[in-house]
Amino acid sequence: MKARVTVTLKNGVLDPQGKAIANAIGALGIGGVRDVRQGKFIEVELAETDPASARVALERMCKELLANPVIENYRYELEP
Amino acid sequence: MRASVVVFPGSNCDRDAAVALEAITGHAPRMVWHADSEIGETDLIVLPGGFSYGDYLRSGAMAAHSPVVRAVVGKARSGVPLLGICNGFQVLCESHLLPGALVRNHHLHFRNRDQRLRVGTTATRWTSDFQPDEEIVVPLKSGEGAYVADEATLDALEADGRVVARYVGNPNGSLRDIAGISNEAGTVVGLMPHPEHAVESLTGPSTDGLAFFTSIVRALVPA
Repeated sequence: MKARVTVTLKNGVLDPQGKAIANAIGALGIGGVRDVRQGKFIEVELAETDPASARVALERMCKELLANPVIENYRYELEP
Repeated sequence: MRASVVVFPGSNCDRDAAVALEAITGHAPRMVWHADSEIGETDLIVLPGGFSYGDYLRSGAMAAHSPVVRAVVGKARSGVPLLGICNGFQVLCESHLLPGALVRNHHLHFRNRDQRLRVGTTATRWTSDFQPDEEIVVPLKSGEGAYVADEATLDALEADGRVVARYVGNPNGSLRDIAGISNEAGTVVGLMPHPEHAVESLTGPSTDGLAFFTSIVRALVPA
């Protein structure tokens, strides 16, 4: 199965990279960008074919490594 | 006195930590490789600065899952004093031996400067040789040095006297100007600046870092 994991900063955590990107978008001459938040995208290919078992592994992987729960949220999509 | 310094692939301040420890303890520390799952008898452990695992994913994230850190956590839980410097502080937070997290400096620059600090608690094994509120100068060299935690955690750290040092002139956006914290027992300390780079006047801006190491020696050697 293939998992697509997205890791984002929690609301309230300062994202200076997002702000820098927002400024750079402004420098492109594009207006109206209210905010930018940057995150991470991680693709995980699992040998597991049972979605429930895959989710168990993914939850653990996300909570313990891919995301830092102190500062980050995670979500994922699973497909065969 | 048996000291251990952990070495991860990408650590680069391990030898300086060893030099400081040897100068103060009189014994060369054991260098422990990240793949070792046991540490053996040791009186203290230092997690050094650097870029373990290239800072991939997050600084200290992968080091926190290395075999050696599993052993370090066990040692820390049994009371062995532990000092995490810079990347080592990041590893301590990622492995939950200390609360909070270190994130990118708010101005996005790598901050490399001789940084003024105000010592906080002197009740830890690593800071007992300082005077309360003593101001010291210790090199800071980090890109992800901003300490963050939720308000409840920050309030608890301050209320419990677990802030080990604060920045005088915040260099990176650390909340409450926190440069270092300790665990509840005062045995595990994380510090963003590098005390091992302020132990001799030839190579550092001061010798203010010495007291971190003399403190632990005094804590370990019976009076």
